[in-house]
Amino acid sequence: MGDWVTQQLPALLILVPFTAAPFAYLLGAGYDRQTALLSAALTQPLAAFLALTVVQEGPVRYAIGGWGGPLGIELAADGFSATMVLVTSVVGLLVTVYGLRYFGDLERYRFFWPLWLFLWGSLNALFLSADIFNLYVCLELVSMSAVALVGLTLRREALVAAMRYMLAAILGSLFYLLGVALFYGAFGSVDMATLRETVRPDVAGQAGLALMTAGLVLKTALFPLHFWLPPAHSNAASPVSAVLSALVVKGSFFILVRLWIDVAQPEAFPGASVVLGVLGSSAIVWGSVQALRQERLKMLVAYSTVAQIGYLFLLFPLASGGGQAASDAWVGGIFHAVSHALAKSAMFLAAGIVLARFGHDRLEGLGGLSRRAPVTAMAFGLAGVTMMGLPPSGGFIAKWQLIKASIGSGQWWWAVVVVAGGLLAAAYMFRVVGPFFAREAEDLDDSDLDPGPSPVTMDGAALALALGALVLGVAGQPLIDLIMVGAPALVAGVTP
Amino acid sequence: MVSQTDLYTLAGALLFVIGLYGIITRPHLLHKILALNISSAGVFFVLVGIARRVPGPTPDPLPHAMVLTGIVVTVSSTAFALALAKRIYTDTGVAVLDASDIEAEERTGG
Amino acid sequence: MSWEGAALLMAVVAPFATAVGIFALGEARERARSAVNLIGAAVTVVAVLACATAAWSAEPGRHAAVGIDLLDIGFGLKADMLGALFAVVAGVLWLITTVYATGYMSHASDRARFFGFFSICVGSAIGIALSKNLLTFFVFYETLTLATYPLVVHSGTPAALRGGRTYLMYALPAGGALAAGVVWLNLLAGPVEFAAGGSLDPALAASHPTALVVIFALLMLGLGVKAALFPVHGWLPAAMVAPAPVSSLLHAVAVVKAGVFGIARVVLEVYGPLGPELGVTQLLAALAGFTIIFGSVRALAQDDLKKRLAFSTVAQLSYITLGVALASPIAIAGGLAHLAHHAAMKITMFFTAGAVAEEVKAYRVSEFDGLGRRMPLTMAAFSLAALGIVGVPPVAGFASKWLLGVGAVDAGTWWVIAVLGVSSVLNAAYFFPIIHRAWFREPKAEWAGGPPTGQPEGDLRMVVPLVVTSLLGLAMGLMAGADLSPASWASAVAGWGLPW
Repeated sequence: MGDWVTQQLPALLILVPFTAAPFAYLLGAGYDRQTALLSAALTQPLAAFLALTVVQEGPVRYAIGGWGGPLGIELAADGFSATMVLVTSVVGLLVTVYGLRYFGDLERYRFFWPLWLFLWGSLNALFLSADIFNLYVCLELVSMSAVALVGLTLRREALVAAMRYMLAAILGSLFYLLGVALFYGAFGSVDMATLRETVRPDVAGQAGLALMTAGLVLKTALFPLHFWLPPAHSNAASPVSAVLSALVVKGSFFILVRLWIDVAQPEAFPGASVVLGVLGSSAIVWGSVQALRQERLKMLVAYSTVAQIGYLFLLFPLASGGGQAASDAWVGGIFHAVSHALAKSAMFLAAGIVLARFGHDRLEGLGGLSRRAPVTAMAFGLAGVTMMGLPPSGGFIAKWQLIKASIGSGQWWWAVVVVAGGLLAAAYMFRVVGPFFAREAEDLDDSDLDPGPSPVTMDGAALALALGALVLGVAGQPLIDLIMVGAPALVAGVTP
Repeated sequence: MVSQTDLYTLAGALLFVIGLYGIITRPHLLHKILALNISSAGVFFVLVGIARRVPGPTPDPLPHAMVLTGIVVTVSSTAFALALAKRIYTDTGVAVLDASDIEAEERTGG
Repeated sequence: MSWEGAALLMAVVAPFATAVGIFALGEARERARSAVNLIGAAVTVVAVLACATAAWSAEPGRHAAVGIDLLDIGFGLKADMLGALFAVVAGVLWLITTVYATGYMSHASDRARFFGFFSICVGSAIGIALSKNLLTFFVFYETLTLATYPLVVHSGTPAALRGGRTYLMYALPAGGALAAGVVWLNLLAGPVEFAAGGSLDPALAASHPTALVVIFALLMLGLGVKAALFPVHGWLPAAMVAPAPVSSLLHAVAVVKAGVFGIARVVLEVYGPLGPELGVTQLLAALAGFTIIFGSVRALAQDDLKKRLAFSTVAQLSYITLGVALASPIAIAGGLAHLAHHAAMKITMFFTAGAVAEEVKAYRVSEFDGLGRRMPLTMAAFSLAALGIVGVPPVAGFASKWLLGVGAVDAGTWWVIAVLGVSSVLNAAYFFPIIHRAWFREPKAEWAGGPPTGQPEGDLRMVVPLVVTSLLGLAMGLMAGADLSPASWASAVAGWGLPW
């Protein structure tokens, strides 16, 4: 039994949420939440089990239905995949718990549950895909369920944001698919393990990679293609915002990393990785400056995502030279993705509590929050520690690794960006957190809307995520070990 | 000498770019969605052409499978996009993303 | 795990656990919260004393240590003499401050938040003291930065929020500089452990002199903010908007001395002989010397008592930095002894400022006329501490200044003598007027009759701690030559720590 589960793990991680989704829809009010909770409670241990298996036995490969390539679909899980599946499951479980209370049994939110389970399954499928065409299908599945979730509230702004998001997402997917077509035409395979051996930096290779990268950059909302993200992430219902910022943008980033670090060798495409790094740096500065100028909490948090995405892209120039620095960058980049996922979802969940209780999220009206909603304020503040990259937090470990990689590879200017980005993050974080302690808090104290203390499960979910991001800062070694399992040759720490 | 595959690839790329131009410049949501479909057709064109990459009379079946999958994906996302556009139209009276686009909309006669 | 290891863990974990307990109990359950707080502080005192015992009985260079692996460097704690000195100062004064704060905050709001973050600050300070390497030190240092913020802004007034913002505008960029320095040094020299006599390979001075100088500058910038070195001292006077217990324990002891302590670790136990060789410690000494004079001059002009004390702290902290930066074991002993001496004296004065503000609503020096009549014990304690800071024997400050002076002669840096002399005159000039006013000026009518009949001169929870700390200061001076006094302890650190 145990062996069977171990062998079927990759498939189960996709099947469980995909099976639960239609049930959540068909069972409808009353049972949809239970179905989602059951699915989450099953998926999370499966993800943990997968991570454990990968650490103990190395990367896993799985052919669906026993059909291998090229016509069958294969799944693969190395440390990177398992890490992403694991963080998805942790965020997913806590968002589910939060959502039980947040959405309640409101009829108009009943579509949340099936859509969310579809999204979860699609994300798992994406992280476990072994070929670049299958990744295209997963990208579309993720995008469609994410777009639908943005439009869930049916508010006008949300609908328009969803439409904008959808157009960007489909366009990104088409770019990606065109690149896949060129790759297949040139190298005769879509399997990543095969492509690793055959890909060449000729015209078709370069054009294919450029097209795929353009599409994925659009979907990851890298500056300057981030225009669709702030409205979509800030206008969605808060649990949806949490999932979008924490996980969905990481999906397309995941493929980018696979393509650049694993399949293609960055040195074969000189200059490109520097361009990605420059765009990432610009994102850090631009996103932070925009965050500083926002008047609404959720907008600020959404622009913070634009900024934090920038750090992920520093991975490419930092890893391009191989050696120890590349290894540090690999750990730093993925660690950042993970700790950002935890902290950002905590922030959106906390913002959701604020909105639910006080009926608004205007920054000027949040004075005295630490008195009115101490746990919510604490969750937001602790998540902010990771966002600033201060110790002890996962964000600190990530930035430490990125700075180390910058200095170690002789590209110290990226270290300047990392440090400056941390200070900018501190500036916008304290714009929010500072007033929490204010005494003149008429806006909150006079609020008639406030239905009383924050629900324990909602506060608890936000706090747990924020604490999780902190714990990574002191006990992150197991995660680092996981990230390094089956790491691509370039970043495996072997000097080329 | 331009091969058959190259010809298809170039034609597909041209279609893709035409669609892309439409998505960016046309404010009306219906136009954008149609433009997306033109771009998709361009990508499928390229894939169909690539099926000829193997020598002999039988083309490579894999790109065909990809095109079929792609068509399914495109059809369903188009349906979804249309539903969303209709909903926006019902809510706002116009099918555009930006209120400032309305003027442009009238100018182009959408 | 050995008992030393358990003591190390307990010393750091106890304050954090106390914080969790306080947050969990919340605002309403005050008695339970106070109990948890006092028990936590008491456990911490026992633990840090155990650490000190472990440090005292260990062979040089073989200290008890615990830790976990992370980033190939590892987080770790160790009990050595230098660390134990700071840990004991922070731990013991925390217990006393807890009693004081219970009295001072008895009418304040948001006390759970206050005491929770207070405990985190103390835990971070003890963590800083007992850190085994630079990475661990940095983690606790930044935790301290963040945990102090809610305390600075505690009252929630616009002035408090401004003070908090000023604090962050200094502290966070400093954290960035420190981070860059720490990472760079780790890359250059491998994991940077603290070791008596310096842990850097002397060969590095020849191969990477510029890098080492820049790293030193980055580290000093990062640490100098908390140590209130000129020109990055400006946050400290602004942070005086915080409640008195914060000013007392954190802004006279835990936070500011974390910066000074960090400087001591870096200068003595990381750079070691490389510092003088690269010429960086001489520069540091000069900067500290200037800060001493600068802080004292600025203190003269302050009418607000807490501001005057703050500028005095700016100056006094640099005594420690100066001692550490001079290449003489005697000066180092003086500097490190001052870390404890100044703590006892300055905390007394801030306790006094808070007690006076609560009891008779006097905040400015000019409002102190005849206060000695109204609050005799309080003002006696204050006067004793002030005499100590000025350097009048036999109070503690004299011992440290004496050691510093002898050390300066030993190191051949005569200008230090002049700085010490001028500074003592200035100290007298800004403290004696307060003493004079309190005891020799005609009191206000309602003060003339002394404390209200049948009542103590103030909340005893505040008066007793400040009397205790002032007596501690006196005892440290009187028994400076005794075996376990801070001065002897510091001499032992300096003697073992400086083989060159």
